[in-house]
Amino acid sequence: MNNNLYNYIIGIADNSLILGQRLGELCGHGPSLETDIACTNISLDLFGQVRSYFQYAAQVSGDEKTTEDTLAFLRIEREYKNVLLVEQPNTDFGYTIVRQFLFDAYHLLFLRELENSKDQTLVAIAKKSVKEVSYHWRFSSDWVRRLGDGTTESHGRVQEAVTDLWMYTDELFHQTDADQAMIATGVGVNTSALKERYYQMITEVLEEATLEVPESKYWHKGGKQGIHSEHMGYILSDMQYMQRTYPNMEW
Amino acid sequence: MNLTTQHIESHLLPVLEGVSDPEIPVLSIMDMGVVREAIEIDGVVKVKITPTYSGCPAMDVIGDDIVSAFAKAGKTAKIQLVLSPAWTTDWITPRGRKALEDYGIAAPLSPEADKEALLGNKKIVKCTNCGSTETHLVSQFGSTACKALFKCDVCQEPFDYFKCLK
Repeated sequence: MNNNLYNYIIGIADNSLILGQRLGELCGHGPSLETDIACTNISLDLFGQVRSYFQYAAQVSGDEKTTEDTLAFLRIEREYKNVLLVEQPNTDFGYTIVRQFLFDAYHLLFLRELENSKDQTLVAIAKKSVKEVSYHWRFSSDWVRRLGDGTTESHGRVQEAVTDLWMYTDELFHQTDADQAMIATGVGVNTSALKERYYQMITEVLEEATLEVPESKYWHKGGKQGIHSEHMGYILSDMQYMQRTYPNMEW
Repeated sequence: MNLTTQHIESHLLPVLEGVSDPEIPVLSIMDMGVVREAIEIDGVVKVKITPTYSGCPAMDVIGDDIVSAFAKAGKTAKIQLVLSPAWTTDWITPRGRKALEDYGIAAPLSPEADKEALLGNKKIVKCTNCGSTETHLVSQFGSTACKALFKCDVCQEPFDYFKCLK
């Protein structure tokens, strides 16, 4: 098995899986019907993309017992390689939107580059996903503008979310050994090259939204190495409950 | 329109046209453009389908429905899900667009017009109930991932708009 390719796919997929799970928590609990539907629709897009990645990872693993379901439901916390940003909780709608906004900008830039990968399966997934993620970005950046340039209350709350979640953005550009190996072979995306554009993209929207762009250079990291924040265990216990309680259940 | 990527053997067409989209029952999967290839090799029908959206829950059902439709016609069918080239709303046939409109779902506009409509810049999405373009966007996401929710300012009817995907 090609370990680097496998780890590379898992790294991409876990971001979408955990963010999808977080958004799914809002099903029936969104602040309004429209935003509830939006968050769960975005969640569905992400899960759809995750299935494609996991099916591919299962195939690359060469292990017959590995399937998209075992990858989603039967790994332990340290084996998940998502960035810390996506596991942050739905503190309020401001946090949900800002988390989405900070991830969407990266996700969009990343997929546009993944479309040029030398791996044709990843190219196909990227070409499919990029259309969906453009729409996610449109939704989240639209809401950042609306909340930021809204009432005193909405401005204050969305500013707090930006200030708080800012420290998780740098990790998006960290490269693991698998990332570097895949970049060297032309399969992976060189994320360092996207960093400048990323901060430009989000800064433009934040300024339009009359929000302050944080200057802090203190960054949190660890997720890509499987070292997660305290929230991760709760996410997994919720997400994996059925498979842990009733092993091999199907419906 | 990119129809060069579609390859359907004509004798298989009647069966495929009889399978409808589970989310939009008036629409055949052929009119939806999700069937990309159907060929019969040694008595087995091989069908390639592509999802409208990655997470579209209708894909599994569509696959099952195709298998059972061919089973009724005395044939064995095998389904393969393909992602590339990615589905676009351009693949919805003119008959499919009409079926959508008749069902109460506004058909997708051109990419430029779609953007204007979804950003609320122009009133161009036609109400499927009264035909007025005095409509406004209620929600960027609708009852399924492929749709947005609009409301007519004249007859007050809410309706789905099938988003342009290109």
